[in-house]
Amino acid sequence: MEWLYIIAAALFVIGLKMLSSPETARRGNVVSAVGMLLAIVATLLNGHLSFTWIVAGIVLGSGIGAASAYRVKMTAMPEMVGLFNGFGGLASLLVGWAEYHMHPDAPTFTIVSIYLTVLIGGVTFSGSVLAFAKLAELVVSGRPVTFRGQHIVNGLLLAAAVLFGIIFTLAPESSYAILILGVILAFVIGIFAVLPIGGADMPVVICLLNSYSGLAGAAAGFVLANDMLIVAGSLVGTSGIILTQIMCKAMNRSIANVLFSGFGAAAGTVAGAGAKGEAKSISPHDAYFALEAASSVVFVPGYGMAVAQAQHVVKELADLLEANGTEVKYAIHPVAGRMPGHMNVLLAEADVPYDQLVEMDAINPLMPTIDVALVIGANDVVNPAAREDKSSPIYGMPIINADQAHTVFVLKRSMASGFAGIENPLFFKDNTTMIFGDAKKTLQEVVTEFKAA
Amino acid sequence: MIATLIFIFILAAFLGFELISKVPSQLHTPLMSGSNAISGITIVGAMVAAGVGGGDFATALGFLAVIFATINVVGGYLVTDRMLAMFRKKKK
Repeated sequence: MEWLYIIAAALFVIGLKMLSSPETARRGNVVSAVGMLLAIVATLLNGHLSFTWIVAGIVLGSGIGAASAYRVKMTAMPEMVGLFNGFGGLASLLVGWAEYHMHPDAPTFTIVSIYLTVLIGGVTFSGSVLAFAKLAELVVSGRPVTFRGQHIVNGLLLAAAVLFGIIFTLAPESSYAILILGVILAFVIGIFAVLPIGGADMPVVICLLNSYSGLAGAAAGFVLANDMLIVAGSLVGTSGIILTQIMCKAMNRSIANVLFSGFGAAAGTVAGAGAKGEAKSISPHDAYFALEAASSVVFVPGYGMAVAQAQHVVKELADLLEANGTEVKYAIHPVAGRMPGHMNVLLAEADVPYDQLVEMDAINPLMPTIDVALVIGANDVVNPAAREDKSSPIYGMPIINADQAHTVFVLKRSMASGFAGIENPLFFKDNTTMIFGDAKKTLQEVVTEFKAA
Repeated sequence: MIATLIFIFILAAFLGFELISKVPSQLHTPLMSGSNAISGITIVGAMVAAGVGGGDFATALGFLAVIFATINVVGGYLVTDRMLAMFRKKKK
């Protein structure tokens, strides 16, 4: 059976490698799934297990997992991934608990591992469920929640977690209650960790929780002294951390700043940087003429496109533009949306070929040559204050230089500020024109104009 | 034994960094959900807990763990495949 585990671990490594290139990604996912299947079969074959509850659990879990995977809308993908992640954490927690229940007299190393499994698994679970609830807007909007003394409370919670861990390790056989307290504590820590984090920082949190679920798995591997679990968990743990770093870098902020600052909590009260004046606005009808005459158009999508479910009509408009001889590209900011790569997934769903999706660093040098930049539901990621205004809270964050295009159309419901609560000087620039209204409706009207012409 | 396990953990972590450090942003979501599915590997521990016969309560915990881990594994892989199936190059 050890051999099957080794093969499974190798397949995870190869699968992850293949997942990092567009040509091989889909096969890579299959390779990794085969590795998982081998790991499960190897465990069943070990000969000492009764199958009844295992098979029942797998059948039930597969049904639920498959049904949710096929029914979820692409726009709801961030919360779906978050929830799956939470279930993985919960499973690790239960594994640690069951192991303790059976062997409270295990060696110290195992006991420490059990405690870590339960703690990390619990934090992953409650944090992911809250992230899910925030993303699905089941709880009061996605706004960050902060209160006085939050850091002190968090510090006390962590101190309690360490203290319980020490008691548990020193006297495991008489510490069942401590373990239960540890579970509750882990849930509370997870909730407090995600509460102060707002919608636009969700990509970072999702990545980090993903990393935690891997670490919980690795900790369970230490409990069971299972090499393959450790390898798989560790791989996931690091991949989550790498993605977290990429997301933080794209916002020019540190992980600590994202996790603890409650960025955007004071939305609407942060003073703008003197971005005053009248914003011009036009109708979709007038926008049509500008688009019809443009020889190059860049779409800059943001979370607003996901909310309006506008990706399909964006693609429809892009097709009409191309038929009209216009060169069309999409500028993708790494943190646009609510999870890493969110815009890419939505546009792929609408059948946009991925070679038209251009990353921020590649599109910015071209921006001054672009006739029309069409900003759809993006705000902070195109805010020139990040480049020009040293007093702005987002100064230094890399942005898409939409303002450098000859003409900028901003599709937006109102003049309300973005997630960061900062006025956007882009809206007041001479070359910028607002098109107010629901992005999907606006684009549909433009498409209708095109078709009528 | 303990040292070996920690050794394996650390080597795998370095391997993870090497594997994933250069991923194009369009693959961030599939990579995340795909690696998320791998974290369901804890199913192996869940199966042991559910099937080793450690008493009713431990079996119940194991059974629940198997359910949740399977949702993570099956849901994670399927959702990743669904996303990757949509990515395509422009037809010339």
